[in-house]
Amino acid sequence: MNKFPFAFLDEQSKKEIRRAILKGVAIPGYQVPFASREMPIGRGWGTGGLQVTLALVGKEDVLKVIDQGSDESVNAVNIKKLVQDTTGIETTIHTSEATLIQTRHRIPEVPLRSDQILVLQVPEPEPLRPVERSEFKTKQLHAEKEYSGAWLLLFEQIMRYNQTTQGADYPVLVHDRYVMNPSPIPRFDNPKINNSDALMLFGAGREKKIYAVPPYTKVASIAFDDYPFEIERFEGKSCKVTGLSNIFLDEMTDEVTGETYYLCNDTSFMKEFLEKRGTVYVR
Amino acid sequence: MGYVAVTGGKEAISASLEHLAYERVKDGKLIEVDALRSTMRGFIDQVMSESSLYSEQLAALAMKQSEGNIEEAVFLLRAHRSTLPRLYYSTVTNPREMFVQRRISASFKDIPGGQILGSSPDYLHRLLDFSLLEETQADILNKKFEFETTEVPEESSLPLEKLPKVMDYLRSEGLIHDFPLNNTEPDDVTKENLTFPSSRSERLQILTRGQTGAINALGYAGLRGYGSSHPNVGEVRVGYQPIHVGLDSDEGDEAYYIGSIKLTEVESFIPMNVNVDGKEVLEFDIGYGACFGQNETKAIAMSVLDHALENPENTPIHDDEFVLLHVDTVESTGFISHLKLPHYVTFQSKLEQVRKIKRGGGVNE
Repeated sequence: MNKFPFAFLDEQSKKEIRRAILKGVAIPGYQVPFASREMPIGRGWGTGGLQVTLALVGKEDVLKVIDQGSDESVNAVNIKKLVQDTTGIETTIHTSEATLIQTRHRIPEVPLRSDQILVLQVPEPEPLRPVERSEFKTKQLHAEKEYSGAWLLLFEQIMRYNQTTQGADYPVLVHDRYVMNPSPIPRFDNPKINNSDALMLFGAGREKKIYAVPPYTKVASIAFDDYPFEIERFEGKSCKVTGLSNIFLDEMTDEVTGETYYLCNDTSFMKEFLEKRGTVYVR
Repeated sequence: MGYVAVTGGKEAISASLEHLAYERVKDGKLIEVDALRSTMRGFIDQVMSESSLYSEQLAALAMKQSEGNIEEAVFLLRAHRSTLPRLYYSTVTNPREMFVQRRISASFKDIPGGQILGSSPDYLHRLLDFSLLEETQADILNKKFEFETTEVPEESSLPLEKLPKVMDYLRSEGLIHDFPLNNTEPDDVTKENLTFPSSRSERLQILTRGQTGAINALGYAGLRGYGSSHPNVGEVRVGYQPIHVGLDSDEGDEAYYIGSIKLTEVESFIPMNVNVDGKEVLEFDIGYGACFGQNETKAIAMSVLDHALENPENTPIHDDEFVLLHVDTVESTGFISHLKLPHYVTFQSKLEQVRKIKRGGGVNE
C-alpha cells in the first residue's frame, strides 16, 4: 500500500504536462489547455503549479516552495512535503540553492539565474474574464489580439479613481502579443518577469491551463502613456529588523503596543540578510 | 502573526494533523472497511459516481479515512485516480444487456417485461426506525434469512438481461425524433481539456461525475423555470452492466469480460417541435442520464441537463460553460476552500492603493 509513482503522477500524465509546457514556452504568454489531474491537495491550493513541478522534477533537483513570500506557510510546507514524500529530493529555503522554485503570489527578492525554473501557482489565468465570462469568446479575443476589454478595465479605473486599482495580478503584455495574468504577485514583482534570466512557468490546475514566459522575453505591464504603471510604494517605511526599504514589506501590528511596523515579506531573504550581517532574528 | 509565522509552520501543521487523526479514534471504536462496504451502499454509490472510480472497497476505505465526509472521500479517490495510468478503454457496452434489478417507467403503465420495483426508498415512509438502535448481529442474520427464503411468486416473463427499452415502443410508432447512429470516438475529459462548444461525450462525462447536489440543483432549476426541458421519465433502470475490454492480439480483436458495474440509466422523453416538410409537428426528444451506482435523482437531473445543453438557449441551464465548469466537486470545493489560505500579499497590494486613493482624494467627478 501507499506505493505511488515517482513524483505522484503516472508517466503518461507527466508527458502530457511536459508537452503543454513546451508548447507554452514556444508561444510565450499563450494559455495552453491541459487535462489537469486531481491532486492530493485542493484545487485552488496550487494544483496547477504542483503538476508543473511534479512533471519537471528529477532526482537531482533541489526544491524551494514559498507561499506569500514564506517558506513556512501552511500551504508551502504541505506542497514541499508532498513533493519530497513522492520523490525523496532535497529541499531548501535558500533561493540561490534551488533548481526548482514553486511559488504562490511572490517572486523571490534574490535575483533568479538561468539554471533555475520558477513555477507560479495561478488561480485565474484569464485576464479578460472580468469583461467576458465565456471561455469560448475569450479564446477568440486572444486569437484576434483583441484586448480592448483589458484596456477598458484600466481606463474605467482611472476615470473613477484617477489611478488604476488593480492590486496584485496586474496584467502584462508578453512579447508584444498575448495579454497574460502574471498570477496574483504584487505589482512590485511584475518587472522581475521582464527579460528574466530564469524560465517562468504558470500552472492553473482548476482552470486547466499552463503558460510560460521563456528567459529574456519582453514583458510589459499594460498602462497608458499618461498614467504609467506603478509598483506598490512603501514610502518612508522600512523593515523593522533589517532596515531595508527596497523590498516588498509585510504590514504587522505589535500585539502589545498596537503599533504598526513592517517586515521583509520574503522571509528567507530576510534570514540570509541577517546571517550575513551576523545577527540572528528571534521572534 | 497568524498561521504564517517566520518559523514554526511545520510544527503547527503536524500538530493539527495529529489532532485530526485523534478525532477518528477518540471514542475508541473500530469500524471495519468491509462493514462499511456492505452497509453504506448509498454513500458508496454516491462517492463512486462523483469520483468516477468504480471500487466499492476503495470507496469504503475513503469513507473510513474521511470519517464519512463525502467531499473528502471523493477528493481522496480522485487523487488516487491520478496515480493510475489509463491502460485500456472498455468496448461499447449496451444497457440493453444490463442485468436489470429495478426498472420503472413513469410514461407507460404497462411496459413489456413489466414495472420492476426492485429495491428503492421511494415507497418508504421516512420514519426513524428506533429499533435499529438496538439491532443485534442475530437480528441481522434473521432478517437476511427471512428474505432469502421467501418464495418468489412469479418469474419475469422476459429475461432480465434482455429487457426491451420503453423507448422502443415510441420509436416503433415514429414518435421519437430519429437520429443517425453516432459512432465517433468519445473525447476523454480526464485526458484532454474540455473545450467549448463542448461535445456531447464531454458533457455526459462531466455531468456523470458531477457533484450530486450540484447536478440536482441545476436540473431542478431547469425544471422550475430556467430551462425549457420538462421531461417525462421514460425509463429508469438500475442493474449490473457487463464491461468488456478489447485487446489487440494476433488472432484479431478480442473482448474480455472484466466484470459488471452497478449502473443507473435514465431516458427522459421531452416533447419538441420539429419541422417536417414545412409542417410543424410535435415529436419526443431524449434526455440521457447514466451514473455509477444507484443514484436515481442524479441520473434524472442529468437527463434534464443533457437535453438542455443539447439545445442551447439564453439561460444558465442551457449554457454549457455555466453548467460544466461549476458542477465538479473537487473544483468547486477546492476553490472555495482556498479562500482560507493567507492572502496578505495580495491584500497589502490592494491596501496600498485604497490608502493612496483616500489620501489623494483624486476621484474624478
